[in-house]
Amino acid sequence: MSTWPISFLILAAALAASPAPRSAQHLFEESTPAVAQNRIDELVFERLRALGLSVPPRCSDAVFVRRAYLDIIGTLPTAAEALEFLRRTDPNRRDDLIDRLLDREEFAVYWAMKWGDVLRIKAEFPANLWPNAAQAYHRWVQASIAANKPYNQFARELLTSSGSNFRVGPVNFYRAVQNRTPQGIVSAVALTFMGARVDAWPSNRLAGAELFFSQIGYKPTSEWKEEHVFWDPLGSSAVAGNSAPGKDSVSSIGLPAHAAAQPAIQPRASGQAVTAMLPDGTTVRLAPDRDPREVFADWLITPWNPWFTRAIANRVWAWLLGRGIIHEPDDIRPDNRPSHPELLAYLEKELVAKDYNLKHLYRLILRSATYQLSSMPRPMEPEAAAQFASYRLRRLEAEVLIDAINRVTGASDLYTSPIPEPYTYIPADMPAIAIGDGSITSPFLALFGRSARATGMENERNNNPVPAQWLHLLNSSHIQRKLEQGPRLRAIFDSRRPAPDIVQELYLTILSRLPAPDEIRIVTGYAAAAAASPAGRASRARTAVRREDWVDVAWSLINSTEFLFRH
Amino acid sequence: MNAQSSSIFKAADGFPLGVHLGIPLSRRQALRIGLFSTAGLLASGGRGWGAPAPSPAAPPAIKARAKSVIQIFLWGGMSHIDTWDPKPDAGYDYLGEFKSAIPTNVDGIQVGQLFPLLAKQADKYSLLRGMTHRNNGHETAAYLMQTGHAPGERLAYPSVGAVFAYFKSKEYKGMIPPYVVLTRPQGRFSEEGFLGPKLKPFATGGDPNAARFEVEGVVSRGLSDDRQQARRDLLQSIDTLGRATAADPQVAASEEAKKQAYELILGEGRKVFDLSQEKPDVRDRYGRHTFGQDCLAARRMVEAGVPYIVINYPGGWDTHSNHFAIMRRQCPQLDQGLAALLLDLHERGLIESTLVWCCGEFGRGPKVDWQPPWNGGRNHWGNVFTALVAGGGFQGGKVVGASTAKAEDVQDRPIYPVDLLGSIYALSGIDARATLPHPLGLDAFVLPAATESAKSGGLLTEIM
Repeated sequence: MSTWPISFLILAAALAASPAPRSAQHLFEESTPAVAQNRIDELVFERLRALGLSVPPRCSDAVFVRRAYLDIIGTLPTAAEALEFLRRTDPNRRDDLIDRLLDREEFAVYWAMKWGDVLRIKAEFPANLWPNAAQAYHRWVQASIAANKPYNQFARELLTSSGSNFRVGPVNFYRAVQNRTPQGIVSAVALTFMGARVDAWPSNRLAGAELFFSQIGYKPTSEWKEEHVFWDPLGSSAVAGNSAPGKDSVSSIGLPAHAAAQPAIQPRASGQAVTAMLPDGTTVRLAPDRDPREVFADWLITPWNPWFTRAIANRVWAWLLGRGIIHEPDDIRPDNRPSHPELLAYLEKELVAKDYNLKHLYRLILRSATYQLSSMPRPMEPEAAAQFASYRLRRLEAEVLIDAINRVTGASDLYTSPIPEPYTYIPADMPAIAIGDGSITSPFLALFGRSARATGMENERNNNPVPAQWLHLLNSSHIQRKLEQGPRLRAIFDSRRPAPDIVQELYLTILSRLPAPDEIRIVTGYAAAAAASPAGRASRARTAVRREDWVDVAWSLINSTEFLFRH
Repeated sequence: MNAQSSSIFKAADGFPLGVHLGIPLSRRQALRIGLFSTAGLLASGGRGWGAPAPSPAAPPAIKARAKSVIQIFLWGGMSHIDTWDPKPDAGYDYLGEFKSAIPTNVDGIQVGQLFPLLAKQADKYSLLRGMTHRNNGHETAAYLMQTGHAPGERLAYPSVGAVFAYFKSKEYKGMIPPYVVLTRPQGRFSEEGFLGPKLKPFATGGDPNAARFEVEGVVSRGLSDDRQQARRDLLQSIDTLGRATAADPQVAASEEAKKQAYELILGEGRKVFDLSQEKPDVRDRYGRHTFGQDCLAARRMVEAGVPYIVINYPGGWDTHSNHFAIMRRQCPQLDQGLAALLLDLHERGLIESTLVWCCGEFGRGPKVDWQPPWNGGRNHWGNVFTALVAGGGFQGGKVVGASTAKAEDVQDRPIYPVDLLGSIYALSGIDARATLPHPLGLDAFVLPAATESAKSGGLLTEIM
């Protein structure tokens, strides 16, 4: 808040110099067809031409700055940030903005939220991770993203870690499953890292893979709800009496303190190795002295693994473009063909060549003209969606939407968890995208389809519109209060500047762009008409009427397609 | 019920066996007298006998009558011994202040002294005094009562309201969401579960007993219709991108949802919530308190066709201490609102198609905790408690099941949550063995199969 007056001055000085857009066309897209920027574009545009379609233009700079902020850091640009970009004319400005956003702190915050859905980071229901463990899990994910940990290492740590659920974040991967059986774990592993659904697998492939995850032990400690996850080849943690909740050592219940933990299964004699089968059909003899999770993980992350690189390349593409090259991105199987096989192969090759540097992949995609295409729908057949012939319109995710509303208005929300161990206190200025634990929520987040984090599937996040969401946006006391009382908006309403300046300020703040002349005319006309109406004159002082009208203007902008949708 | 599994309950002439024996049969009873043949078990579809079926003894004759359900949920757990399962001979240690039971207009049925209005119309409802699940945790017991599934299974199931709305939403085309909660949601679990946000309960917020029932998102404070309309026009005229992308399916779907929302905000829909359209004496009869007007609002929603309405009792029943004072305050309101609701549904001819059920997640300890720190309170009691059911095909004037002399356990005819919910589904034409759509394609059934861990006492055929 304290920076507001400064940005205000910058804006006031800058507004006069900025060229205003002339029409809807100019507002949202460039006037000439896009030019290929990299190999991605060559492959996508080649296909468009082969289908007899023209290459559409890129989006306008005003659309781009908003799109880049929302897509890369899940956060709306401030008016000053938007204007700073709009005033740039250097040819490098888009690439430069992408680089700067990839380095922002919010990058890790936002993408940890996305991974939280996939990795099912949630204290309770349907799996009981518990609050401390959910936080540890989330911290590890966010720190890994912030450090740009190579993705193969990220995956390996999730699959092979051992230790306390409160202290070693990644062990919670094996706890965040509804069904803690080898089969339940294999389905989570396949969905997360192979983009595959095991119900489509032949049963022997599933059974063969289960053996890699059949030696995971879970053991309580003396700390309430702490649990160790570890390699337990003899299944000793499954034997009643070896350990018990609230007891700090193995065998303190049921057995004399000096007795060794009893195995559930007898140790195998050397030479009696068990044979497991990897999903590609290769059989592996499991040595008794090696954690089979490691054997699986090492197979998984090899560059020639047919699923691993493909799944992540496709997933990142789907996250940024709104649709996978294989669609759904977590339904990879032989009969679900990629729309652009060469493009997917190219992304995979790049990722392997750069040692699974995910930011490299993000940068490659974000810099492409394909990503930067206009969102205006093209008059084409339904399959056009699969051709990436325009940027896909998507409603903002629940967290991003409420953060955007709060950022614009200067208000905040209360987030709580019903699970009281320990009680949850969230600082008022913490954005929703930074909430690690899916059990910490608000009615807004639930209403707008935040992921329930039960299955880890992409489609668990539901952005489909339902009327109740509109009731909330259009007419709830929750949103109305923010519009009327939010300090950031009030500062604009009460700034005593000429109406057109206030309109420009509102457009920059809410839509990240300058208004077109007819938009200024409509909005100032609305305020003037309401002030001049008999009701306006008779019932209230003129200034009071004016604030109410500005509230209506801000309300309209927040309920516009441009605000609610990535575009 | 598929043909194979139902056949094992039929005699050669095709009538249900219960009809031949002159008694309704639960599965346990059927099992006990050996009606399940091995062939029948094998024929029932390879999932083990009647696997997804809670109570396959549902006679095929049950006619689906209930179009709407009103569920009055007494969160916290209402004491049964003080209310609908009185034991006037149990002595002071059990009864405390409420020593007397009062007769009702049905011979042989008594209720607690705090329910004089409900006592006058016991012919309109039945009392299920054999309710049991033996779970004493609020969240887990509430989950059991609202889903019929045991907590801690691998799936977190949606509540009965979401399931009901899921099956009824195909025929319901009203403007109000199909599953409404008056006024605040209380669930600790996600009530729509894996069914998705369309089946999320719509919580009205506001207070129906206030001068204006401000339903969140529908009726807003300080916005005149003129201003609503002016705003809507302004939004229309400045939605530059919306106009340019109107052909996009996402944008079109969003516009359609917005239109529906406006039918509630500015159209006919909101009138359902306008209780000032009721005559003052009707409002008085329901009681000028939040619960009474909740009941009236629920009746208006039933008239508008809303499939499932939950009234979360405004105020809790978790009376560990200060029990008797809370009961003296809350029971008369419960008595007044519920009695007025049942009478009104009768007078309007809605009772046949409207099922009403009322209970908490459990009962309360029949023996009073006189000792500090409770000083006259009652603790959680899942061993036995009472639910009230009416309408929608349930007969009135009956008592099903009985508790022991001091209301401590089931004496006769246990009724598990799955039996109560199964009966509600049966009267609503919802197949309790139907699958629910799970995003992972996992097997999910409306109700669980009866097993050793999920017991069943059979559907409430005594009153259906």
